[in-house]
Amino acid sequence: MNSLQTPLVAAGQARSDSHTLRLVRILLPVAVLAAGIAAWELVVRLNNIPPYVLPAPSAVFVTLVADWPVLSQSLLTTLLTTLEGFAAAAIGGVALALVFNQSKWLEYSLFPYAVILQVTPVIAIAPLLLIYLPQQTAVVVCAWIVGFFPVLSNTTLGLNSVDRNLAGLFQLYGASRLQTLRYLKLPAALPFILGGLRIAGGLSLIGAVVAEIAAGSAGAGSGLAYRIAESGYRLNIPRMFAALLLLSAAGIVIYGLLALTSHLVLRRWHESALGKEN
Amino acid sequence: MTGPAALDETRYDASDLAVSLRGVTKVYDSGVVALGPMDLEVRKGEFVSLVGPSGCGKSTALRLIAGLNAPTSGTVRVSRPAIEVSGGHSVGFVFQEPTLMPWASVRENVRLPLKLAHLRPAEADARIDAALAQMGLAEFADAYPRELSGGMKMRASLARALVTDPDILLMDEPFAALDEITRFRLNNDLLALWRDLRKTVIFVTHSVFESVYLSQRVIVMTSRPGRLSAEIAIQTAEPRTDDFRTSVDYAAYCREVSKALAPSYSGQPGP
Repeated sequence: MNSLQTPLVAAGQARSDSHTLRLVRILLPVAVLAAGIAAWELVVRLNNIPPYVLPAPSAVFVTLVADWPVLSQSLLTTLLTTLEGFAAAAIGGVALALVFNQSKWLEYSLFPYAVILQVTPVIAIAPLLLIYLPQQTAVVVCAWIVGFFPVLSNTTLGLNSVDRNLAGLFQLYGASRLQTLRYLKLPAALPFILGGLRIAGGLSLIGAVVAEIAAGSAGAGSGLAYRIAESGYRLNIPRMFAALLLLSAAGIVIYGLLALTSHLVLRRWHESALGKEN
Repeated sequence: MTGPAALDETRYDASDLAVSLRGVTKVYDSGVVALGPMDLEVRKGEFVSLVGPSGCGKSTALRLIAGLNAPTSGTVRVSRPAIEVSGGHSVGFVFQEPTLMPWASVRENVRLPLKLAHLRPAEADARIDAALAQMGLAEFADAYPRELSGGMKMRASLARALVTDPDILLMDEPFAALDEITRFRLNNDLLALWRDLRKTVIFVTHSVFESVYLSQRVIVMTSRPGRLSAEIAIQTAEPRTDDFRTSVDYAAYCREVSKALAPSYSGQPGP
């Protein structure tokens, strides 16, 4: 009896251990955040630091609430730009990878330029784009430039990592190119595509912000990054922090949404989305 | 190398043949001579096993018959049915791995050959149900491959090969990765299937015991380059059952096949 019970107890122990561990992993960062904010607040108050040098967290929060009409409008603008850039990156990246997969000639001709576009810092390209394109278009193009490469390279990798025997099976049953693409290559590439999209989401936000800042001096923008630059000129430091907070939150939400999508799409079959036990 | 490999050219009537290879060789791009020259004739409805050491070209031979690779020289003939049934395919192939699409349920995996042939879904459904029932998978139709055991995955793979009602079933060491009990059960199921459907089966294995248990004819191959070195007909009372596994005949045939295999292993470093 004893020998039977021991593993059961051990299993129960292990489960409660992992439960505690998960709780700790959530609580610890929250505690660090709280401690950091408290220390920040304390330092500002004890030293009487003026808000135009370093605003207290409470002042940032007050500004966030007070300036919400302006900031929310800017948040919406930036999110829209990011979304457009991301959609363009997703569609463009996948489409280009499909074209490359179907034609080696096109791949050899164009791939080097995709790499060049990727390695040239976007902050250096943005001012040029702003000269030649309408501002809103230039901002979206920036978000696209930064976001499309991970989608392209990941999709290419996925399309090329099809199981050899499955490919043989499709050949045996006389599958057309289109059928092979639709029923074999695209599903096989899906985990890779979703991985690329997850990176592209965050990068699109960065691209949008970079372009907004570059456009900021030109004056017509109204996104969050433009607000940060504008508030900087006006020494409205609390608003800079509030806008930064919103940008950061937007990035987290975008990443979370894409990770969730990936999980929901893959959970029935892909190793990455399965529990450790099976 | 003449010997038993040189088959009597007039032994079978051509219309009676499911598969015939004449002087077939395969040289890979790397310059490795994988096969041949090889001659092989398989009658319709026959169950033939190819046995040999790794690298003797038995899988290559199977891929050539399936049309997955083209021979470097020689001719490969595979009989086509007189009337092409819609959604029918004359050759079914079972790989060493189950080779299922991990993103699709068992039912969708089995549907694949019919979908590629543009069969109407209603018609396809009936045939999929029949193939699944045949392999004892009816309850697992909506499961995903990762949820199945190795034996079940192989059954799904077999169901997919059978769903087009092929005349010829090519099997490339399909049960090699399974445990012995599962393998015995699948052996019996395969034999029962073959008795009912009378398909031509060409079965590649490196298990002497499996080849003797299953086939009417065991063909022993040597390696580098792969050629036929012996041919042993297995004659025993049909239908074969588990009793055959423990019979004196079975042991004698296994010894005979092992002996025929021995020379091709002797020149090699240990297994």
